Amino acid sequence: MTGPVTVTGAGVAGLCVATELAARGVSVTLRDRAARPGPHGCSWWAGGMLAPFCEGETAEEPVVRLGREAAGWWARQGVPVIRNGTLVLALGRDRHEITRFARRTTGHRALDRDALARLEPDLAGRFDGALHFPDEAHITPRAALATLHDRLVDQGATLDASPAAPSGITVDCRGLEARDTLPDLRGVKGEMIVLHTPEVTLHRPVRLLHPRFPLYIVPRGDGVFMLGATQIESGERGRPTVRSVLELLTAAYALHPAFAEAAVLEIGTDARPAFPDNLPRIRRRGATIHVNGLFRHGFLLAPALARMTADLICDNKNPEVMDEDHGER
Amino acid sequence: MVAFYGTELSSRLMLGTAQYPSPAVLAEAFRRSGAGIATLSLRREAGGDQAGADFWALVRDLGVRVLPNTAGCHSAREAVTTAQMARELFGTPWIKLEVIGHADTLQPDPFALVEAARILTDDGFQVFPYTTEDVVLADRLLAAGCEVLMPWGAPIGTGLGLTNIYGLRTLRAQFPDVPMVVDAGLGLPSQAAMAMEMGFDAVLLNTAVARAGDPAAMAEGFAKAVAAGRLAHEADPMEPRDMAAPSTPVIGRAFL
Repeated sequence: MTGPVTVTGAGVAGLCVATELAARGVSVTLRDRAARPGPHGCSWWAGGMLAPFCEGETAEEPVVRLGREAAGWWARQGVPVIRNGTLVLALGRDRHEITRFARRTTGHRALDRDALARLEPDLAGRFDGALHFPDEAHITPRAALATLHDRLVDQGATLDASPAAPSGITVDCRGLEARDTLPDLRGVKGEMIVLHTPEVTLHRPVRLLHPRFPLYIVPRGDGVFMLGATQIESGERGRPTVRSVLELLTAAYALHPAFAEAAVLEIGTDARPAFPDNLPRIRRRGATIHVNGLFRHGFLLAPALARMTADLICDNKNPEVMDEDHGER
Repeated sequence: MVAFYGTELSSRLMLGTAQYPSPAVLAEAFRRSGAGIATLSLRREAGGDQAGADFWALVRDLGVRVLPNTAGCHSAREAVTTAQMARELFGTPWIKLEVIGHADTLQPDPFALVEAARILTDDGFQVFPYTTEDVVLADRLLAAGCEVLMPWGAPIGTGLGLTNIYGLRTLRAQFPDVPMVVDAGLGLPSQAAMAMEMGFDAVLLNTAVARAGDPAAMAEGFAKAVAAGRLAHEADPMEPRDMAAPSTPVIGRAFL
């Protein structure tokens, strides 16, 4: 029987690890400086796209493979998973970007004007063609974090906001805060905007390809849309800039001019924790297991990392993403 | 060897550091290309409190000379401020001066460019101005104290290659002793080779490598093309002519 485990950091990584451990009968204490998931963790600002195939355009192979576990995992936790796929579009003069994107990804089918109109009637006539990734999905990040949190409480997990040093096994999921012990971790700034308009309806995340400002827009339902996200080599965690906001809003307006009259509900920013190859890592150092570097793939990869972490703790099975192991047996 | 402001470099390839899938891929591209200079943008990454320092450290670790740039600056004043920050951060007087005049094409603003170049050279900077192939503008930049010119091949990120070959040839011929780097707009190694064959001293590119499916392989491809183009230039190529020229007399036929 595995002894009690402390998970530090209640972002998407920590909550998924705690959930997976609790499901295997481990007594879990979740430590976070705030009582509930909130804006102090970068997953609060995420898009919630479960789009492993699209990410394959630039991400390495493990992201595509491990990310395929995500939709099923989230659904099993009682999180509403919308499985309408992803739509990839480009504006007129960037049309060749679609060809390039198609060449570098799998799991898509080409849509002509009519097929696109059937799938997303509000985009009818605005684009000549698109790619559809039918096996992709999306969730609402803040609701998903709250669901995991509340379930852990219901299952009797201990929540702890005190900074006391834990005893026993600790899983460190503090994201960028763990830079004190993981010097090769860096921040990659992202900015996002939440809009509301009753005039546009979309059923699935849309990615707009642009050579300089790639954008995605995720429908949250009830006329709410999340626009994301910039990717800037900077660890800055506040201060969304005018340039980034201009880029995001310009792209939204290009997707559908009705966004011009949308209400701006929120402008947010944070920095994603990433290692030099932008792939996640599990590192065991004594009684501490670090789970970090999920980069822009928090909701996509946290389920697979949680599974691997629980396998390591409960069954002593080495995770494929563990690059450092100074453990105690 | 090629020298910029008295610093000799063995590689005639310079690479930008933006848009790669990850810093690990960036490092691999540098390793395989042997590029001697890495350009680095600061304007957007600096943030409130040197928040880009982690990435800058990764670029420093490439072990090549860093050429900070003022990408993203749209006025002389902005560019000067960014250059001053770069000098402090990287301890180098080198600055690649970009002053964008047109947001869509990222075309340089020639007037602000000359103004900023003068301010910076007066302040002790060694300026690498990103410019067009315009000869008059080149003359003004040299008068402002620049000792290197970086004419574009085509607008940034287009991958169109050398869109005004006549203009570039003229520029090269007008200022034969000024080190010149073809910067921006290159998409394929053959275009880089052509620039080198025309007598340019080096090429600088970013998107063509960073956005390739295999950036490291593309970087190596560019390195080979740059070396080939340079060799051809040094070898004094033959002049093209309109008809076949037999190397031995053709007996019994009239010679043309």
